[in-house]
Amino acid sequence: MTPISFALAHTLPELILAGGALVLLMLGAFRAGKGDWIISELAIGLLGIALLTLFFPLEGKALIWDGAFIDDTFGRFMKGLALMGALVSLLLSREYMAREKIDQFEFPVLILLATTGMLMLISAQNLIGLYLGLELMSLALYVVAAFHRDNVRASEAGLKYFVLGALSSGMLLYGSSLIYGFAGTVSFTGIADAIHGNVSIGVVFGLVFLLAGLAFKMSMVPFHMWTPDVYEGAPTPVTAFFASAPKMAAVAITLRIIITAFPGVTPQWQQIVVFMSLLSMALGSFAAIGQTNLKRLMAYSSIGHMGFAMVGLVPGTEQGIRGVLIYMAIYLTMTLGAFAALLSMRVGERYVETIPDLAGLSRTNGSMAFFLAMTMFSLAGIPPLAGFFAKLYVFQPAIDAGFYWLATIGVLLSVVSTFYYLRIVKVIYFDAPAEAFSPVKREVTGVLWVASFGILLFWVYPAPVLTAATNAAKSLF
Amino acid sequence: MAIGLNQYLIVAAMLFTLGVAGIILNRKNIIIILMSVELILLAVNINLVAFSTFLGDLTGQIFSLLILTVAAAEAAIGLAVLVTYFRNRGSIAVEDINVMKG
Repeated sequence: MTPISFALAHTLPELILAGGALVLLMLGAFRAGKGDWIISELAIGLLGIALLTLFFPLEGKALIWDGAFIDDTFGRFMKGLALMGALVSLLLSREYMAREKIDQFEFPVLILLATTGMLMLISAQNLIGLYLGLELMSLALYVVAAFHRDNVRASEAGLKYFVLGALSSGMLLYGSSLIYGFAGTVSFTGIADAIHGNVSIGVVFGLVFLLAGLAFKMSMVPFHMWTPDVYEGAPTPVTAFFASAPKMAAVAITLRIIITAFPGVTPQWQQIVVFMSLLSMALGSFAAIGQTNLKRLMAYSSIGHMGFAMVGLVPGTEQGIRGVLIYMAIYLTMTLGAFAALLSMRVGERYVETIPDLAGLSRTNGSMAFFLAMTMFSLAGIPPLAGFFAKLYVFQPAIDAGFYWLATIGVLLSVVSTFYYLRIVKVIYFDAPAEAFSPVKREVTGVLWVASFGILLFWVYPAPVLTAATNAAKSLF
Repeated sequence: MAIGLNQYLIVAAMLFTLGVAGIILNRKNIIIILMSVELILLAVNINLVAFSTFLGDLTGQIFSLLILTVAAAEAAIGLAVLVTYFRNRGSIAVEDINVMKG
């Protein structure tokens, strides 16, 4: 029995966010609409504090709360990414929400609750913890998707997300119940021991359902149907949030459960992951070609990127996991940069979101044009930008493990996806200028600058990300 | 005929399939989709309680209690989202959810 203070110290970020969300909810309710912006500032502060607590020098691995929760380097790495995604999305949301007159205080509170769910999900060490974390995250996300409640598109996005999300958590639960029944335990390590050497068909059946539920949250083909519609319909800062933080949590729990609970059924999960990864890369590359709406294009782009990232999981080695972690860190930076640019696209008092609106941006706003073009080059994976290294670190372990054909198809599909990223660059630099964008607040431009510098200079000094990812991957095995 | 674990699992599998079919085949009303979602969750609960009894392990029953709680919250949020959608669109027919596509 570990002392309670030990367990509390290891759950500090979750406690700060959960308690903080409740306090902010009370504060917002009692202030009754006077200056809701302060709630948003406080929420950003809380996310920042939670991010700092991750750096506390606690010992490597702690299994707490009766084995339902694990605090390790892997968890801290992914939590850092999820918290950064939430913090930056909230920072980006302030101006947009105020201009669209949907800056109610519930928004930052819901973001905090969703982030608490993500942190619990990343640290889950049994099936019950996984389910509760996932639902805490999803229930808050359903509401956030429909946050612009007087808008047809936003409420339709919320409804679609809810129906398909509920179906996917049903599948995940059905899978969990079969795994519990046939392995006799809900703990990840317990499952690994139970299926070691004697694999029952029930567990494999459960694994398929479980991975289907998780693939939905990662928006991997064939469970991606909701992604384009929800990304397009939801308010842009919400889309930025959807594309960043929840993806980190879903990928983290997928890696954790596959590596800790199912090493005994490697051939079975490998087939599923290869299948989903190939289809996601293909759909992400081909379906985005015909899109003109940038949010919809980013949705297909994120489906494709999840496919690329999962190539690193296929070999099931420490090197591969390290590749996925690096990929997620770089994907987060690129996505937040792209959405910062999207949120700078305002003509007069109206936000615009199609590719022709970017025409001739190089002549009206040179620095934004350059940074957006670099982000697009990086998303396409052109060296020496960060996106190239992300792909390198996931394809290399796949090749080492003998998955030559998977890596080859991946590289070819990445070439196809280059087409639509480069088309945006072409529109920015070579088309006749459209109407110039109105100036935006410093924080939005700041995010674009910081993200772009991260992308541009990653090759100069990649050591911090690489070391952190190496340590994180090591702690999972 | 003695009723063993298999019979319970078959009932749960049938309920689960009915729930999924209800979501996919239903072309009329979103309320029916919400009912299908509940059906899926209850199928899972039958599975868990049956496993829990036959394994002699309480974890499954605790799990199903937690699922019941979350299902209540999920239904509340689903209905709330449905109400905002109805206010904007004036309809809850499944074939009308088509503002965005492609």
